[in-house]
Amino acid sequence: MDLLTQIVQQLINGISLGSIYALIALGYTMIYGIIKLINFAHGDIYMVGAYIGFFAITQAHLSIVPALLISLVTTGFLGMVVERLAYKPLRHAPRISVLITAIGVSFFLEYTSMYFVSPTPRTFPAVFGDVAVNIGDIVINGQQLLIFGITAVLMVVLTYIVQRTKLGKAMRAASYDTETAQLMGIDSDRIISFTFGIGSALAAVAGVLVGIYYNSIDPLMGIMPGMKAFVAAVLGGIGILPGAVLGGLILGIVEALVSGFISSTFRDAAAFAILIIVLLVKPTGLFGKNTKEKV
Amino acid sequence: MADKSKKLLEIKDIDVYYGAIHAIKGISLEVNQGEIVTLIGANGAGKSTTLRTISGLLKPKNGSITFDGENIAGVKAHEIVRRGISQVPEGRRIFAEMTVLENLEMGAFIRKDKDGIRADMQHVFELFPRLEERKSQEAGTLSGGEQQMLAMGRALMSRPKLLLLDEPSMGLAPLLIREIFKIIEDIHASGTTVLLVEQNANMALSIADRAYVLETGRITLSGTAKELAASEEVKKAYLGG
Repeated sequence: MDLLTQIVQQLINGISLGSIYALIALGYTMIYGIIKLINFAHGDIYMVGAYIGFFAITQAHLSIVPALLISLVTTGFLGMVVERLAYKPLRHAPRISVLITAIGVSFFLEYTSMYFVSPTPRTFPAVFGDVAVNIGDIVINGQQLLIFGITAVLMVVLTYIVQRTKLGKAMRAASYDTETAQLMGIDSDRIISFTFGIGSALAAVAGVLVGIYYNSIDPLMGIMPGMKAFVAAVLGGIGILPGAVLGGLILGIVEALVSGFISSTFRDAAAFAILIIVLLVKPTGLFGKNTKEKV
Repeated sequence: MADKSKKLLEIKDIDVYYGAIHAIKGISLEVNQGEIVTLIGANGAGKSTTLRTISGLLKPKNGSITFDGENIAGVKAHEIVRRGISQVPEGRRIFAEMTVLENLEMGAFIRKDKDGIRADMQHVFELFPRLEERKSQEAGTLSGGEQQMLAMGRALMSRPKLLLLDEPSMGLAPLLIREIFKIIEDIHASGTTVLLVEQNANMALSIADRAYVLETGRITLSGTAKELAASEEVKKAYLGG
C-alpha cells in the first residue's frame, strides 16, 4: 500500500470516529449554549444509549434501525428526566454547583449501570456480515457506511429543526438571551428540557454506533469519548453547532492519523494536546467570536 | 378612541428587591386604556425595575399588579405576554445572531394565526420601512436606531394591549430620537396603550398624557404631562431648566 492510500484509509477511519465525536459534541454544545453548563454526565448518557440499543438487539431481537430509534427516544427521555431532577432545581444556583452536580450525575449513571448490567464488557452483536466497499486498496466497511449514513441524516434533521422550526428558533433565541426570550412568551424551562432531550438522543445514537463499530460496550465506556467530545466542542467553539461537527471531525481525523502513522499510544495525547493548544491560542474555538460575556 | 377612564393597569403598593437591595419602595401607579403614561427619573431611580416587575421578570415582594381585571403579580414572564403586555427591554436586546425576520417571528411566538402574523409583519414594515430592506440580514449588523426599531416591531408582533418601552432613546442621535418618538405616537394612535420609561424627560413629557416622577424607588410627583412639564421641581431636576 502506498502512502497516499494509507492516508486516505486513515482519513476514512478518522471521519467515522469523528462523526461519533460530532454527535456527542453536539449535545455538549447545545446544552452549554442554553444553560452554560458543561454537562459532564453527557458521556454517560451515551453509554446508557449504547446499552439500550444492545438490549433492544439482543433481548428484543430487533434489527438495527428500530433498535436505534428505541435507544434514541428512551435516552432522550432519560436526558430530560436528569435535567428535571438534577439541574432544574439549581437554575439560580452558582454555575460551579451545577457543574459539580453534573459530575455527581456522571458517577451515578456509571455505577448504577454497573449494578444493573454488571461491569463486565458485553459483546455487541454484529449487525452486518462482512459488507465492505473496496475502492482500489481502500476499504470502507459496513459499519463505517452505517455511521456516515446515520450521522448525515441526523445532521440534516437537526439543522432543519434548529433553523426552520418554531421550536428550533425559540431554542436559538433562548440560548442567545434567555430573559428576552421569556418576554416573547418562550417558556425557557420547556426549551431547556427539549434541548436535553435532543442532545441525549444524539448521544444515544452515537453510543449504539460505537457498539456496532468496536463490538464492545461497558459501563465506563462514556468517560473517554465524553471528554473527547468536550474537546471537539471547545475546538469548534462551544455553543456553536457547526463548530461541534467540525471539531468532532478534526479530532477524529487527527486521532486516526496519529494512530496510523505514529502510534496509537499517542492517540489520546493528541486529542488533549489539541485542547491545550486551542485554549492557549484561540479559547473561543474555530468558529467562536471574540464577544460579550453576557450577564 | 378608547375610553380613557378604564383602568388597564393598576399597581398598588409594590415592593421589589434585588437580593438585599430594596429597589422599589411601595409604588402605586395606574395606566388607563388608550393613554401614554411616562415614568421619568434619574439613573437608578427604579424605572426599569418597575417595568421588569410588570412584565414578570421580577417578582414583587408584596402589593398587587392588576392588568385587565386580573392580578398578574408573580405570574411568569412568558405567561404575561399572553395576557397582552409586551416589553421593549432596555438596551433593545434583539437576537443579534438571528435575522430581522426571525426576530419578528419570535415576537409572534405566542400566536398561531399565520395570516394575522403575516399582516402584522407587513404593518411593522410600514412603520419601519428600513427593517423590510434588511429583513434577511442578521440583526446584529443593524445600526443602533434600526435595532431599536426592530425591538419595537418585535414587541408589536404579539399584538399587545399594553406596550412597555424602556429607554427607547438610549444611545441614539437626536434626529433618530425624534423619529422613534413619532413612531411611538403612531403606535399609540393605532390603539395601543403605552407605558414609557425615559431619561429624556423633555421628549417623554411632550408625547405623554400623564407622568410619574420616580426618585430612589419612590414616586415623588405625578400629574398630567403638561402639569409636570410646567412644574419648577421637574424643570430644575429633569428638564435642564
